Amino acid sequence: MVANQSLTADAVRESGVGGEPDIRLERVTKRFGDVLVIDDLDLEIERGAFYALLGPSGCGKTTTLRMIGGFELPTAGRVLLGGTEVTNAPPHKRDVNTVFQSYALFPHLTIEKNVAFGLERKGVGKAETRRRVAEALETVQLPHLAKRKPAQLSGGQQQRVALARALVNRPRALLLDEPLGALDLRLRRQLQLELKRIQQEVGITFIHVTHDQEEAMSMADTIAVMNRGRIEQAGTATDLYERPRTEFVAKFLGVSNLVRGTVGQANGELSAVTTHDGATLHAPTNRCAEHAGGAVSVGVRPEKVKLTPAEQPTPDGANVLRGQVVLSSFLGVSLQYVVRTAGGEELIVLAQNADGSLPESLGAGREVQLTWDPRHTFVVAAEDGARA
Amino acid sequence: MGLSLSQRRRLIPWMFAIPGLLWLIVFFAIPLANQASVSLMTGDPEAGYSLTWAFDTYTSAISDYKEQFLRSFLYAGAATVIDLVIAFPLAYFMAYKAGRWRNLMLLLVVLPFFMSYVLRTVSWQLILADNGWVVERLRDVGLVADDGRVLATGTAVIAGIAYNFLPFMVLPLYVALERIDRRFVEAATDLYASRLTAFRKVTLPLAIPGIFAGSLLVFIPACGDFVNAALLGTPRQYMIGNVVQSKFLNVLDYPTAAALSFILMTIILVGIVLYSRLLGTRNLTEAAT
Repeated sequence: MVANQSLTADAVRESGVGGEPDIRLERVTKRFGDVLVIDDLDLEIERGAFYALLGPSGCGKTTTLRMIGGFELPTAGRVLLGGTEVTNAPPHKRDVNTVFQSYALFPHLTIEKNVAFGLERKGVGKAETRRRVAEALETVQLPHLAKRKPAQLSGGQQQRVALARALVNRPRALLLDEPLGALDLRLRRQLQLELKRIQQEVGITFIHVTHDQEEAMSMADTIAVMNRGRIEQAGTATDLYERPRTEFVAKFLGVSNLVRGTVGQANGELSAVTTHDGATLHAPTNRCAEHAGGAVSVGVRPEKVKLTPAEQPTPDGANVLRGQVVLSSFLGVSLQYVVRTAGGEELIVLAQNADGSLPESLGAGREVQLTWDPRHTFVVAAEDGARA
Repeated sequence: MGLSLSQRRRLIPWMFAIPGLLWLIVFFAIPLANQASVSLMTGDPEAGYSLTWAFDTYTSAISDYKEQFLRSFLYAGAATVIDLVIAFPLAYFMAYKAGRWRNLMLLLVVLPFFMSYVLRTVSWQLILADNGWVVERLRDVGLVADDGRVLATGTAVIAGIAYNFLPFMVLPLYVALERIDRRFVEAATDLYASRLTAFRKVTLPLAIPGIFAGSLLVFIPACGDFVNAALLGTPRQYMIGNVVQSKFLNVLDYPTAAALSFILMTIILVGIVLYSRLLGTRNLTEAAT
């Protein structure tokens, strides 16, 4: 196929540049009036990646996407696509396409005409356009709706058309601005899988903006967690979940049990951390080194913790905290406990539902101990004040 | 009540329509039928008129006042085009660029309505006066001959109509443009359309309902207008409205006046159908939903 050949040719040309990231933001700052929205941001995205920008509303993720698309211009810094600077280029001169949150399908044009819009502007021939439009509608499984108008389609169908309208141009990258935000949960989960499948099929770089951590984790190869106009941490879902580097990331992705403390002596692979109420915990030294002597939060994920009655012996070398069960609830697939520790924190423990009931010995009011493997402990710099 | 809940539910919307329907019957349908019968009467103002089914009133009305009919459509059409050209950029600016000045601009557009229609038109007599500033400047640049004039010409009448009906073009255009989601334009530029192409392919087609509404709101009343021709023109610029007015109020030839009105109404109705075909009725109804 002609198109695939040109795609490969592009890939070859790209690799010739020599490991240059395909999309790059250099020290980008964006202000709206006095409001600092993007704060000295650096971002590099490899060709063919499924890259998620994840963060709460107002963190600057959509603005970042819009600067790549050309809808906003940076106040300072540079935007590069495939090594070429496009910082101030208008959207129609950029080889990227956007799937808008509202879909923004042209209401006066049929689905077919909507999808053909970009190809017609680029001057692609009629026969070629017809063929590629049909192919794109095939990819999103909507060839039978080609002659309809957008208003006659359901939300999920419109979303797929928006995807086809962008994909058909075979852009360098597809920018997805909360593309599933307007859909109900079931449809959203279904389309997540479909998006992932399509991305693997076409091999185009996807940059996906979302505030839904589950969505980001299930789809993206790399997730950048954004907060206050900066990237807090970028990495794989496993990286971010198992080894968060900031308190914000620890809290934004999944549930975190955090206890304030101070990093103490290193002893080989593990270092001691003294909690604010005097208990000693251990964490991998490589996660502690940068915080030596400083105030930190020690954390562990709820499913890594084992809950046992207070009188039972604990395994050697495990981290142990003592506390009292505040709440125990049956969630079906798991059992959830809220435990108030001796230091006053309320920690959450998730236990597998192996026996089909909540054990009496771990009911509300019982004295218990929380134990976990020090390797599952993460350490982040302590932050002042409560944040989401 | 012998009606079930669901029957009553179905009846309620119809009840809401009753005041409007009564209004239409009393002030539109009955007078219309009355005038239809008047148009088929013969007689004279002294002895009175009686219904004789005189259809030849229509044929003679057309042949006698063909010129005024044509002039009406020509003047109204010219004014509509002028208004469209002036109003579109203005409405575009108000809808997208005016920001906090938008409401002030809307007020300024409707401000002339606070003044009497006749007074506004009379003031155009001063604006276009032979020794006025405007005409002298036009003479300077050679658009008007040294001994030429603007007042009492077709140009003056068209200018008056265009001026008086401009708000009827601006407002529907503004509403149509303002309703267009700017993200459609963003999507178009994202899909490699320049700003001009995005306007041509997205904004303009989506503004068609506004263009249609504005054109009708200007063209239809302008066709029947007699004030501008009477105040800014001479009998040589008279439109069909002037003829109807004089037949009704001066000559008291009611059948001819009524026949002229029906002819005008018929031509306009046919014109609207053709115009909506031209702009695409399907587009119209769909863009409006």
